[in-house]
Amino acid sequence: MPRALFAKKGSAIYISHLDLMRLFQRAFQRAGLKLTHSQGFNPRPLVSIALPLSLGVESGCELLDFQLEGEQIPNETLLSRLNAALPVGVEVLAVYNHGRKLKELALLESILTLEYDRDIPQDTPENIRKLFAQKTVLVEKKGKNGTVVQDLIPMIKQLAVRQISSRELELRVLGCCQNPTLNPLQLCAAIRVYLPELAPDFTRCRRVEIYDQNKTIFR
Amino acid sequence: MTDLKHRILLTVQKPARYTGGEWGEIKKDLKDVRVRVAFCFPDTYEIGMSNLGMRILYGVMNEMDGVWCERVFAPWGDMEEAMRSHGLPLWALESQDNVRDFDMIAFTIGYEMAYSNILNMLNLSGVPLRSRDRRGLKNMVFAGGVCAFNPEPLAEFVDFFSLGEGEEITVEILSLYDRAKGEGWSKDAFLHEVAKIPGVYVPGFYRHEYNADGTLAAIIPTEGAPEVVRKRIVEDLDQAYFPVKMIVPSTEIVHDRANLEVFRGCIRGCRFCQAGFSCRPVRKKSPEVLYRQAVQLLEDSGNNEITVSSLSTSDYRGLKELTDQLIPYCREHRVNLSVPSLRADNFSRELMEKLQTVRKSGLTFAPEAGTQRLRDVINKNLTEEEILNTCARAFSGGWSNVKLYFMLGLPTETDEDVLGIADLVYKVIKTWSACGTNKKRGLRVHVATAYFVPKPHTPFQWEKQITPQEYLRRCKLLKSHFYSKSIEYDYHSPDLSRLEAVFARGDRRLGAVLETAVKNGARLDGWDEYFNYAKWYDAFRQCGIDENFYTVRGFGEEELLPWDMIDVGVTKEFLLRERHRAYQETVTPDCRSGCAGCGANRLLKEVACDA
Repeated sequence: MPRALFAKKGSAIYISHLDLMRLFQRAFQRAGLKLTHSQGFNPRPLVSIALPLSLGVESGCELLDFQLEGEQIPNETLLSRLNAALPVGVEVLAVYNHGRKLKELALLESILTLEYDRDIPQDTPENIRKLFAQKTVLVEKKGKNGTVVQDLIPMIKQLAVRQISSRELELRVLGCCQNPTLNPLQLCAAIRVYLPELAPDFTRCRRVEIYDQNKTIFR
Repeated sequence: MTDLKHRILLTVQKPARYTGGEWGEIKKDLKDVRVRVAFCFPDTYEIGMSNLGMRILYGVMNEMDGVWCERVFAPWGDMEEAMRSHGLPLWALESQDNVRDFDMIAFTIGYEMAYSNILNMLNLSGVPLRSRDRRGLKNMVFAGGVCAFNPEPLAEFVDFFSLGEGEEITVEILSLYDRAKGEGWSKDAFLHEVAKIPGVYVPGFYRHEYNADGTLAAIIPTEGAPEVVRKRIVEDLDQAYFPVKMIVPSTEIVHDRANLEVFRGCIRGCRFCQAGFSCRPVRKKSPEVLYRQAVQLLEDSGNNEITVSSLSTSDYRGLKELTDQLIPYCREHRVNLSVPSLRADNFSRELMEKLQTVRKSGLTFAPEAGTQRLRDVINKNLTEEEILNTCARAFSGGWSNVKLYFMLGLPTETDEDVLGIADLVYKVIKTWSACGTNKKRGLRVHVATAYFVPKPHTPFQWEKQITPQEYLRRCKLLKSHFYSKSIEYDYHSPDLSRLEAVFARGDRRLGAVLETAVKNGARLDGWDEYFNYAKWYDAFRQCGIDENFYTVRGFGEEELLPWDMIDVGVTKEFLLRERHRAYQETVTPDCRSGCAGCGANRLLKEVACDA
């Protein structure tokens, strides 16, 4: 099954996961590429996206698996035809065969940009580092079956905090993904709970890279 | 740093509605643009993006050199709240620029319950509501769509109306504006010139006088405005602009598919139906052109569904030729082809069976009335036999879902007619018992009744609307006669239809009510989540206007009607003749069986009516 690596940015970050699947199905159609359909009563085109991305999160490392009918088309051709059929903000970066098994995908690196409407107190990065240096950091997580309490610490593999301007702070976090998955925005939730005076006015989030267990880039 | 708008976007439902950036949206370089049009649809993105008229006119305007037309929709309540609390004005999708910075603000209005949204959108844009408070050429507000056939409730707010089909007139209006802006005309000078374009109605040029009893005494044209404004039509639809490149929304909308309009007008003449009369004369598109456009639409949009649309698709003469080509194409490309608005004739039944190879959706009938007598009154020529035969055939083919739509409060309706609905429903159930093959699944009959709203430019434009109490009594009477578990009965709450009736036949005195209701917070009235009759009730009281004057009173045949200065093609004499035939329970055969002389053919110069 061929795999596409794609980026989602700009106004496309507001497209939901389900809508993105439909968007790709139509893009394939526009590109004149026939997707294989599922069998059964209500056949659906076979496309799947590896890690559903939350609304509002930018990414440079999304994976799309798909299967095409008919004769083989060179990957470079697929890439250019797809990109010519995609709306702004969604861009295929590479198309390749023999992608690794998705269950080997283990780590996700994200960048959180914390925006403050006032200047950030001097020791903020240090205080945030200290917070996540604790043994446990418990945060509530709203799920389908109500709210559960999650400890973030076991899921955070690496964390770097740096101030990038007088009002912006960057958190670069390497976290678990799949069983369980760390939603990087939970770090922000933790700051709100434990360091309420450092709660940002807005947070941007961007997926940077995905890795396997050994921190080898996953493709 | 993230700007305010983008911070807000993540706090509201379905933010993709507000960002633009979809496949097929049109962006232009501002240095090539002389006229910027904010094309507003007075409802949400999901509704507006499903509207074919808007898609056509978006394309028409953007085809013009120097014009950039962008889309604007009504925000959902959560977004409106966020915008108001942060002082963020309404923006257009393509450029994300504020609506108040646009030269022209256009609205397309398909139903009366959107009126509050028009005012609310102007208010959210920071543009003065009343025409007289917008002094310059900038922010010129104009509107079209079926509601423009009685534009009076909006007369104080909209600078001018464009009547009828917009493919040609919109180009004329925009070209004139382009010149006016270039030459620095005043608003008044522009309105005088635009009023000369056939099909343009400038309400400010007409003075209304009233009798002591509140009825209209005179509509007096001033400033040289024409006494009657005739709607515009496109004569040759094959040559008319059609957008084969469509915007493909990145988020789900109501009608998320390609739309192929096969003809305009209607040969049927159901006496309650506004579209059936006001969209005449009948003009068709050829199957070859339609097939070509369908393929282009599907290839360019990547849609996996296409719908063939018209007011009554079985009446399209080229339907067999078109579907003979389209069905194999759709099958090969895995495109779902839907053909709604089919009549219960033999060809349509065969077609339905061919189309339903994959999914078996339900059958839907709109008998509108429960007895043959009342169906004759309203000229709905669908017989019980046709309904039951179609049901029998469908049930034996495995269908098990039927929807039946009726209206209550039709002229001359008695309790016998109301109970006739129950009778018909039981005959459908009996047919199921006799013919149903999929008995395990069980039958579902969904019955819905609507509250009859008399509409302008129909033979029922003079009719009384029954009172809400009487309507509810008839609903309950009907409900008490439904015993079977297979029946699911829904009736619309009367408040909305009552309000719709007021504005459908309203005059310009209602402008004050509209403004007051919007100030009271009325908006998104088409949505149950937001519709609140109390806000409207208060507005009527505050303005000293009695709803009953427009609803239960009825209009006299001799009375001057607020829309009498508008000619939609069908003559008032014909409508009156049809009204009298209704009371005699006499049907008028469809136009194809013989021309009934409605008068709409007067609009045609190059081709004959294709009834």
